[in-house]
Amino acid sequence: MSTNITLPAGAPEEVVTHALVRDIDLAAFGGQGSLALITLDNSLDHNRPNTFGPQSLTALDAAITDAIGRKPAAIAITGKPFIFAAGADLSALAFLNDHSQAMAIGKLGHDVFRRLGESKIPTFAFINGLALGGGLEVGLHCHYRTLSSTAFIALPEVFLGLVPGWGGATILPKLIGPERAVQVIILNALNNNTMLKSKDALKLGVVDAVFDPADYLERSISFAVGVLNGSTKIDRPDYSNDPAWDSALATGKAAALKKYGGAEIASPTKALELIAAARKDDLGKGFDAEDKVLADLVMSDPLRASLYAFNLIQKKRKKVEGAPKPALARKVAKVGVVGAGLMASQLALLLLRNLKCPVVMTDIDQARADKGVAWVKNELDKLVEKKRMSAESAARLALLISGSADQKVFANCDFIIEAIFEELSLKQELFKKLEAIVSPECVLATNTSSLSVEAMTQGLKNPERVVGFHFFNPVAVMPLLEVARTSTTDDATTATAIAVGKELKKVMIICKDAPGFVVNRLLTRFMGEVTDAVDEGTPPAVADAAMMEIGFPMSPFQLLDLVGPGVALHVSETLHKNLGPRYRISPTMQRMVKEGVRNFYTKNEDGTFTPNPAAVALVEKGNTPSTAEQVRDRALKALAEEARAMLDEGVVSSPAEIDLCMLMGAGWPMHLGGILPYLDRTGISESTSGKRFHDKGVASLPAKN
Amino acid sequence: MTRTVVLVDAVRTPFGKAGGMYAGTRADDLMVRAIRGLLDRNPKVDRSTIEDVAIAAATQTGDQGMNIGRSTALLSGLPNTVPGYSIDRWCAGAMTAVTTIAGAIAMGTNDLAIAGGVEHMGNHPIGEGLDPNPRYLAERIVEQDALAMGATAERLHDRFPQLTKLRADQFALNSQIKTAKAYSEGKIQRDLIPTAARNAELGWGVATVDEPPRPQTTMEGLAGLKTPFRPAGRVTPGNSSGLNDGATAALLASEEKALELGLTIKAKLVTFAFVGVEPEIMGYGPVPATLKALKQAGLKIEDIGAFEVNEAFAVQVIAFLDHFGIADDDPRVNPYGGAIAVGHPLASSGVRLMLNLARTFEEKPEVRYGITTMCIGLGMGGTVIWENPHFKGSK
Repeated sequence: MSTNITLPAGAPEEVVTHALVRDIDLAAFGGQGSLALITLDNSLDHNRPNTFGPQSLTALDAAITDAIGRKPAAIAITGKPFIFAAGADLSALAFLNDHSQAMAIGKLGHDVFRRLGESKIPTFAFINGLALGGGLEVGLHCHYRTLSSTAFIALPEVFLGLVPGWGGATILPKLIGPERAVQVIILNALNNNTMLKSKDALKLGVVDAVFDPADYLERSISFAVGVLNGSTKIDRPDYSNDPAWDSALATGKAAALKKYGGAEIASPTKALELIAAARKDDLGKGFDAEDKVLADLVMSDPLRASLYAFNLIQKKRKKVEGAPKPALARKVAKVGVVGAGLMASQLALLLLRNLKCPVVMTDIDQARADKGVAWVKNELDKLVEKKRMSAESAARLALLISGSADQKVFANCDFIIEAIFEELSLKQELFKKLEAIVSPECVLATNTSSLSVEAMTQGLKNPERVVGFHFFNPVAVMPLLEVARTSTTDDATTATAIAVGKELKKVMIICKDAPGFVVNRLLTRFMGEVTDAVDEGTPPAVADAAMMEIGFPMSPFQLLDLVGPGVALHVSETLHKNLGPRYRISPTMQRMVKEGVRNFYTKNEDGTFTPNPAAVALVEKGNTPSTAEQVRDRALKALAEEARAMLDEGVVSSPAEIDLCMLMGAGWPMHLGGILPYLDRTGISESTSGKRFHDKGVASLPAKN
Repeated sequence: MTRTVVLVDAVRTPFGKAGGMYAGTRADDLMVRAIRGLLDRNPKVDRSTIEDVAIAAATQTGDQGMNIGRSTALLSGLPNTVPGYSIDRWCAGAMTAVTTIAGAIAMGTNDLAIAGGVEHMGNHPIGEGLDPNPRYLAERIVEQDALAMGATAERLHDRFPQLTKLRADQFALNSQIKTAKAYSEGKIQRDLIPTAARNAELGWGVATVDEPPRPQTTMEGLAGLKTPFRPAGRVTPGNSSGLNDGATAALLASEEKALELGLTIKAKLVTFAFVGVEPEIMGYGPVPATLKALKQAGLKIEDIGAFEVNEAFAVQVIAFLDHFGIADDDPRVNPYGGAIAVGHPLASSGVRLMLNLARTFEEKPEVRYGITTMCIGLGMGGTVIWENPHFKGSK
């Protein structure tokens, strides 16, 4: 391979995956001749998987040449322990600033991998461990594949804003047919990057055989010998006349539209086009199309924002910005939950499942407390029923949950979280009462969504142990946890809260105790502009559809329905009071709450939504309607303005933390980079506050030199 | 109560040189490979019916620790209802695993069980972690020489001056020649389980043959080797086994069970004996052990038609042969060569002797009885007498 690709300026040096070749004597397996075995190994442990950058591809190319030169009966490729290959080296992609460079990387991958497919000598992939993206694609080029029974494989490209562009989008539909290819390439990727277990990979036909890891390589070689001598036959049906092409593509398209709230997003759209083309086009034509699509995507802002978001999430999952030393955290061996309503019960369940320590709930009477405990136990039973928990684990946990009307049960708790009615005076009173019961070190956490945590510490002897601990609904699913420090919260308390959050497997940010913290403050401001537009006379359908093209997972009014008008109104009232009149109180919302109308939409049986006439009837009738574009513009400007204000006030220390919050707490998509990269690339940041949030080149294409 | 115990099958991994092809492979993984290879060859055996797994290792720490019998049973994918235990009698570990399991089968407490051994001398250099009681030397319970195996071999030369270095070298050369011949005839490969072994610099490979043999060995070459155990000694790396890595596994059954399941019967166990000798000449152990076993069996040495004598040191084998008046190059002895050529991963070797003997039984239906025997550190010998199930009457 003469292609010489130099990494773009600024890119980290490539961790080269070496491709080592050795001969295996097939006589010992009852075969004839030898097998040239290529091992992919970047010389690091499994925490740093094998990846493919230009040098790695060149190394693999040389290894294939070496293997062919040995005139073996077969060529096979395998990985290092636990890892086959995790795909393209993404770290360099963010630095590419030239379309031809991006094309060259795509083409280099194809040029090397396709040699395995075009080889006259039978080729095998022995997928001994994790294989993702380009890692799986190198295997797809091979004539046959085996998989270790404990390995996971996936094509996560569409999840990242890319397409399987090193052959995957073209080969897979030909190999396993349109329905299964759409499942793997589109549906699984969009479903939070679901990976295939070995038995599913076998069932789908992505691999030809599965073997236990204990002697995986030996059995894979025996499999190869069987294929070589004809005793093992692998059927490769022709799917070009499969009747399911149209329906499979339609399923993929519908899934992408649903994921992004009706917006047509480039990566799934392009991936579906490549899959569709695979029906008729030969491999060469398909690969050429992949090169073009891949280069176009790589040279787009949404992909840069996606990569930024992906890296941000990976990084912050491991390390919480501004967290005190973990060693300061106090041991949490008993947890209290104040309240036994639905939210409190959900929190109790989450804490119980992850901390596996005694969790005690209280409410104003025993009956309510019992109800909360019963709910938790019922949820445990359901988990057992769904085989997501063993009966033994459930039995252990069921013994650890208890409820009482008497708060004295909190006496030896190390961590108490309150989830009572959102009323400051009630919470102040509660914390004073708790202080009389618990040790001075017991952390008092509040799950308030908008009240001042600092205000809750008034009159406490030990205000330093109070911390905001804000979850998102549903608490077991949404990955974000906002940890809010007051002016007095001490490091030990923060460290303990972070340690608990880690046990709960949450992604966390530490923010200042400011109204609405991060997510609710931005979402409420954003929603407020939309409801305002409606109140001013914009038809709800127009206002609510205004944001669709951006690709949010749901429309503003769908979000309102999820949060509930009561909570939404309460938060906007609190923010209105604390942050000023830019947070307006919608008369429509007030009427909905007053009339007890809980939904703006009713969900139809087919999953579509129809406006709820009862809600529509309550809409304020203004006479200054806006266009969709105007609604979108003001809502996005409001986001930019509020984000800038939060940074100026020091609510969080960096724009990245705001993006992380919107990704993990609001489920906003990666191609927006959370939100700020999107506001930057649309010029809204600059037109609103005179400057970008991120420098050009961060979460966006670099400036042209 | 006594029942006939049979050897259903036995296999081994190819043996490696310490620091060689298994340098990146764990001892327990070698053992697992042997067990799985054994079970693959015997598909009629329902894994859940295996009643015990006895695995030997001379050093029982690290990747040879954690009760390696139970540990490798679990790691081999045997159902967790199959128990396991670890065995140690130094070099005779696997042999003791076989005889201990045999005892349980004969007693009627087991019908089907696995016995084997493993030693990864690259990971566990000989003597690793040993802490000899100071009383050994202070109270002259043993002499210093007793604690170094090479020195005990020198002492055997001292004790029996007729066992010259020339005879030892000749025996060693013969071992290499016999092994090379057996390899060229494909006889050794039959019982080797190909074993994946990764090398960080070279990638994955598969061991398919033994690494230690040196078919290019000559008398001149042997004559020039150093004598590391004493100046002007007779014991050299050329007439000793090396430092090796490998694992062996055997499937044992009661004769009834083997017949019921239609399993192969490769050898029938007649009797066995372990006997202690002066630790300073531990290599002499096979002599009294064999005498005792013969007596128990009511046999004479002339009744034995095939010998598998472990070649820890050439001198120790010729001491045995000398005692019984057998020629150093008697074709009944170690027909496929021995540990001097293929290696001696301490606790694994006992089963290697048995799988070789079983092959000799197949090839020589005129042989009725054979023995496997070996010397054991700190002054012991072990002998197992086997009967050939293919015996067709003597010629």
